[in-house]
Amino acid sequence: MPEGKELYMLMLRRMMLIRKFDETVKDLVQSAELVGMAHCYIGEEAVAVGACTALRDEDYITGNHRSHGHPISKGGDVRRAMAELLGKATGYCKGKGGSMHLADFDIGILGESGIVGSALPVAVGAAMGSKMQNNDRVVISFFGDGASNQGACHEAMNLASIWKLPVIFLCENNQYAVTTSFKDTVSTENVSDRATAYNMPGVLVDGQDVMAMHEATVHAIQRARAGKGPTLLEAKTYRYEDHSEGLNRILREPYRTEEEVEFWRQRDPIDIHSKWLLENDVASQEEIDKVQHDVYEAIGDALQFARESPYPDEADLFTDMFADPIPLR
Amino acid sequence: MGEITYSDALNHALKEEMRRDEKVFLMGESIRGGIYGVTGGLSQEFDKRVIDTPLSENGFMGAAVGAAAVGMRPIVQSLASFAWVAMDQLVSQAAKMRFMFGGQVNLPIVYRWGLLYGNNIAAHHADRPYPMFMNMPGLKIAIPSTPADAKGLLKTAIRDNDPVMFFEDNNLAGSRGEVSEDPEICIPFGKAEVKREGADVTVVTIAGMLRPALAVADELESDGISVEVIDPRTIVPLDTKTILDSVEKTGRLVVVDPAHRSCSVASEISSIVSQEGFWSLQAPIQRVTSLDCHFPFSPALEHLVYPNEDKIADAINLTLE
Repeated sequence: MPEGKELYMLMLRRMMLIRKFDETVKDLVQSAELVGMAHCYIGEEAVAVGACTALRDEDYITGNHRSHGHPISKGGDVRRAMAELLGKATGYCKGKGGSMHLADFDIGILGESGIVGSALPVAVGAAMGSKMQNNDRVVISFFGDGASNQGACHEAMNLASIWKLPVIFLCENNQYAVTTSFKDTVSTENVSDRATAYNMPGVLVDGQDVMAMHEATVHAIQRARAGKGPTLLEAKTYRYEDHSEGLNRILREPYRTEEEVEFWRQRDPIDIHSKWLLENDVASQEEIDKVQHDVYEAIGDALQFARESPYPDEADLFTDMFADPIPLR
Repeated sequence: MGEITYSDALNHALKEEMRRDEKVFLMGESIRGGIYGVTGGLSQEFDKRVIDTPLSENGFMGAAVGAAAVGMRPIVQSLASFAWVAMDQLVSQAAKMRFMFGGQVNLPIVYRWGLLYGNNIAAHHADRPYPMFMNMPGLKIAIPSTPADAKGLLKTAIRDNDPVMFFEDNNLAGSRGEVSEDPEICIPFGKAEVKREGADVTVVTIAGMLRPALAVADELESDGISVEVIDPRTIVPLDTKTILDSVEKTGRLVVVDPAHRSCSVASEISSIVSQEGFWSLQAPIQRVTSLDCHFPFSPALEHLVYPNEDKIADAINLTLE
């Protein structure tokens, strides 16, 4: 696992990759090249990057409909991710999943669930499997403040706690379930306060600070690998975009103020980390610019790859339904 | 060969497969004690591989998906009526995951569902929801009607690499039959069995409906009516060929299914035969199913809802008019 400067620069690169990936997604939605729904992770990059850079390659993650940031944070391939978003045969899921359902089982990305809260029990099961196979792997389950009100979330936390499973419940509290403030829907001041009910640590973290996210996750992972059970981390963060791209064409009333959005834009995770790199003499502005340049090239290459890739065939409709196939029509 | 009960046949299948493959484990509510009469005693041999869960069906049915995704082979037990509580995990995760992620993952899970009906337990415990799962691609569905089928199909389900919904008719729990002791005997999915050969009418039965159908067939024999009885054994995949071949011979079809009438397995089989075997038919197809009302508690009412020998006999006679 990378350490020191290599780690800090990797964090920068992956945050920039997500930012550029999702800025590209915005354009593709605007031009109608990307069909269906797309949920951008812009503004929240430090959460998944800080957490996933604390994982080993063989560890697992599960995620949600805001699906692009998690796989990229864990080292996923932006080419295959972009191809999936465009519904191409070369995509992660051969075009069958799309924007909300990226997955790469080869590197422990067990898939993103479009049903809010639905992946938490799956994450608990993966942690059960780790424990039963005694392979020292941990699971991070990403979910939002909205999902924290789902029954599946509470069942999953209770199961993980009673069985002392190696899972980290990482709540990305971006403060809105679509347009509804978490202050109106969560019974406690913080989502992490709910950890008490499940007899696990609840830790509130600055989700805009990738270093803080990383450190908090390292502690939770240590606890998980030591057999002490789950941790609930809550990253306070913010999405700059609406819930999904194009939603502003439907919404009739503002649900947040421009001042609030601006306040959070001033706490931009990439700016905060870049400043930290400079102030601590970890990297020069030239080095940071180089990462930015490389990221632009990588995303440009990914888009070109996706555009030039073929669509799946009609014959692919029935493939992948079953591992042991049965007649279908 | 020896005669054992349906429940013991299931128990033997679990025991043999858990011995064969250490990735197989059991999960469910109060299964170490064995509340459903099948798993009791297994914890003595397999200990940590028999897990009592909290009452969190959505949670542990979903945990089975995660465990399977990382290499385990979970078997989950519950009552069919409790499936509703876990629908999100069964449908959004178990049924859809493999396809939606482009075939990246196999999910070798067996969900074992007890079917309780006709026992005066009212509507909350008496569901027979397998037809609803036929309408959800991604799940294989087995419903054994004899001890031998119970063992052979469960072993196939456990060795299968996809999610299997395995429905066990509790009305058959104590029924006895010859069952092979050979641990390698598995019954393939998608192979119906002709349980009784006949020439005049084809009767297709689901789950516990086999026994009343066989009883009626024996009775009608003395009236000179020859009834062929077929159990599809799995409804996904469904062996349509055996049914169509039989209807080609008899020209008449009755389907007996303890599920509610609308969109039942009986409906699906009727539809397939009317579409693909229409020119063989000499009479309208008859469905004998539970009525489209809920199971009432009262002993005065409950038996009126589900199929019985009289209703089956009436339906057969209708096809012969």
